[in-house]
Amino acid sequence: MDAVLEARGITKRFPGTVALDAVDFTLARGEVHALLGENGAGKSTLIKCLTGAYARDGGTVLLDGRPVAPRSTADAQALGIGTVYQEVNLLPNLTVAENLMLGREPRRLGLTDRRGAGREAARLLADYDLDIDVTRPLDAYSVAVQQIVAIARAVSLSDKVLILDEPTASLDAAEVERLFGILRRLRGRGLAIVFISHFLDQVYAIADRLTVLRNGRNVGGGPAAGVDRLALVNMMLGHDLAQAETGHRARAPDDGPPAAQFRDFGRSGRVEPFDLTIRKGEIVGLAGLLGSGRTEMAEAIFGIDGSDSGTAEVGGTARRLDSPRAAIRAGMGFCPEDRKTDGIVADLGVRENMMLALQARRGWTRPVARREQDRMVADYIRRLDIRTPHAEKRVGELSGGNQQKVILARWLLMNPGFLILDEPTRGIDVGAHAEIIRVIEELCDRGMSLLVISSELDELAAYSDRVIVMRDRRQVAELAGAAVSTGAIVAAIAAAPQQRTAP
Amino acid sequence: MTLPAGLARILPMLATLVLLVAAITVVSPGFLEISVANGRLYGSPIDVLNRGAPVALLAIGMTLVIATGGIDLSVGAVMAICGAVAAKMVTLGYPLPVTLLAALATGAACGLWNGLLVSVLRIQPIIATLILMVAGRGIAQLVTEGAILTFSDPGLAFLGSGAVLGVPFPVLLWTAAAVGTILVLRRTALGFLIEAVGVNARAAYRAGVNTRVTIIAVYVVSGLCAALAGLVVTADIRGADANNAGLWLELDAILAVVIGGNSLLGGRFSVVASLIGAMITQTVNTGILLAGFPPEYNLLIKAWIVLVILVVQSPRLRPLLARRRAMRRGTPT
Repeated sequence: MDAVLEARGITKRFPGTVALDAVDFTLARGEVHALLGENGAGKSTLIKCLTGAYARDGGTVLLDGRPVAPRSTADAQALGIGTVYQEVNLLPNLTVAENLMLGREPRRLGLTDRRGAGREAARLLADYDLDIDVTRPLDAYSVAVQQIVAIARAVSLSDKVLILDEPTASLDAAEVERLFGILRRLRGRGLAIVFISHFLDQVYAIADRLTVLRNGRNVGGGPAAGVDRLALVNMMLGHDLAQAETGHRARAPDDGPPAAQFRDFGRSGRVEPFDLTIRKGEIVGLAGLLGSGRTEMAEAIFGIDGSDSGTAEVGGTARRLDSPRAAIRAGMGFCPEDRKTDGIVADLGVRENMMLALQARRGWTRPVARREQDRMVADYIRRLDIRTPHAEKRVGELSGGNQQKVILARWLLMNPGFLILDEPTRGIDVGAHAEIIRVIEELCDRGMSLLVISSELDELAAYSDRVIVMRDRRQVAELAGAAVSTGAIVAAIAAAPQQRTAP
Repeated sequence: MTLPAGLARILPMLATLVLLVAAITVVSPGFLEISVANGRLYGSPIDVLNRGAPVALLAIGMTLVIATGGIDLSVGAVMAICGAVAAKMVTLGYPLPVTLLAALATGAACGLWNGLLVSVLRIQPIIATLILMVAGRGIAQLVTEGAILTFSDPGLAFLGSGAVLGVPFPVLLWTAAAVGTILVLRRTALGFLIEAVGVNARAAYRAGVNTRVTIIAVYVVSGLCAALAGLVVTADIRGADANNAGLWLELDAILAVVIGGNSLLGGRFSVVASLIGAMITQTVNTGILLAGFPPEYNLLIKAWIVLVILVVQSPRLRPLLARRRAMRRGTPT
């Protein structure tokens, strides 16, 4: 193999965590190499170490056999490593030509030669079948075109390695096909391309080889043709089909009235309309890879950004869930996936964070008496075993697991009928992890209905009565009763999409 | 020994104020003297409290706006509008209570406008309030019809130059407004919800806080405070000056909030600390005059003192000082 870039033993530490643990990564000339892994697996950290955005703590990088240590992305660019990010990193209000030629404009008599720059830019784009007016501002064109302009710029500056970070996230099918055509041509010219994506179909359509990261380690890879979907998903999620299935929670399904019922419920651009019924005391698991629409579905149900189709019925009455306030009034609660940005109010204390939803519900004129607050907060600190020196401690200074428990307590003291938990156990230590699972099961025994999103499939299979599997923003499978197992979930996630009858 | 949290929060500002007063007393020994004449208190400390009234009033509202991560540049212009409305109505012969209510309602309406721009149209606060900052003086000029609108109503004038039990009325007004606001903020859940929105509006929205109404509310309070401040300055000179009433006071109010240690990024706030900040800036103003510097130096001296105060209070300086101290201890000389 003709390696153009060889990274050996790349290690990167952040305070408290090892983001990359001795990762090896080899990139061959003329290949498209997919880099895969769930959120937090270390993909972006690896890219940032390769492009000089981060200084690595250990390991060597060889470019064409010579050790390199780029200290900035500009440095990496000069060495021949170009990067295009998902959010196109160009200047939308400059013209296409200016974007392409920025920093190396042809000069005439000391001034920028506009016409020369235009000609040069048009010549660059000709290789990409892009016949656009280079004198118009970049934001006059679609994201797909901007992406191609960004690629053209990156390739013209750096001719060895092109790194594409989720380039297809906001493109439609035709645009993806066009992009892939360009990538194939660049590959033919000997460029080595790193392709980061969550869309497995696309990975198989374009990648020659793949590398999977999980928890900062290289957990496998190889020629794309030699790794089947099931094995790939197993690598990404860290499951082994041979491993013993955990016992499924045996519980008779409740035939009582549904706690919540959604019909054709959806939000265009975020999640396709779906039907969902959750019974009283039932735990419904929601599985799928990142970007499958899991979180979007949960957010639509909780009224974040509103829904634009279908009907919702919670607790037996029809509701308009157009804001979290409306959802909370209907007796719902939501522990978000991104605790730091969507959940905790970091500068406020444990007590205030716990009281926030209840106080918001009561309105500002009816404060909860301080003695009552202290009693409730002390009660939940004890019941959920929250490790905090005192109730006024800034929540931002607690560990992830304790923050999660504080948010859980925020909802529990509202006594909701229907609670949504988005990745309740992500990024928290083992002890807190087990306790949160215990709380989940206890809540549901008390008659609360839960919708739980999780990438921890063993857990999900263990406590869910039903599991819904999502892919490409729609439900693709529903497993119930004895059919709920880790293996079945993985198989449903990995199943190839049905052939579309019409193009 | 641990101090109560409230006291610990305002201690640096109190210390700054004490140091400042001490320094001025050294330069002009008569600074702290208070006398009683004609049943009324006189002296530099009373003067500071009295002259500082408009900025203190503005600082109350500004603290809340800044706590939500916003800013209100329009308060100076709103002062001019409300002063003009009051002067106009009183010269037209409306009774004093109606006049005062109209001025306050005008301030509240200005705040509502700002709040709607910021929370519903999601215009950046600095731009949203800049609109009224510019347009407001124009509105005030329309009300006064371009001239300085003078009046002689003793009732309205009392707001600026009257005294109760020897204490100038503006001092009573701003302390009462401050006590009232603080009681409402801390006895209800309003202060808590404002802080939650200021620290993390996304999380607060997801917890069911009505972020939109909260943000509108703080701008309305700021408008009301500006109305009171406008009444004080208008009453003081017995005339509404659309061009100069409250000119640049929005900046003094922001400065008072910042000297009070409140973060411009929003979050935890202390109205008391902002008020001490307002008194610090007013003490600087009065002190410079008393020290007898040529008046053309005043602004520069003020800027320097403010810079020193902010640098000394800066949290970045503390570890730096601590390191130097440790280094001095560590290296034998």
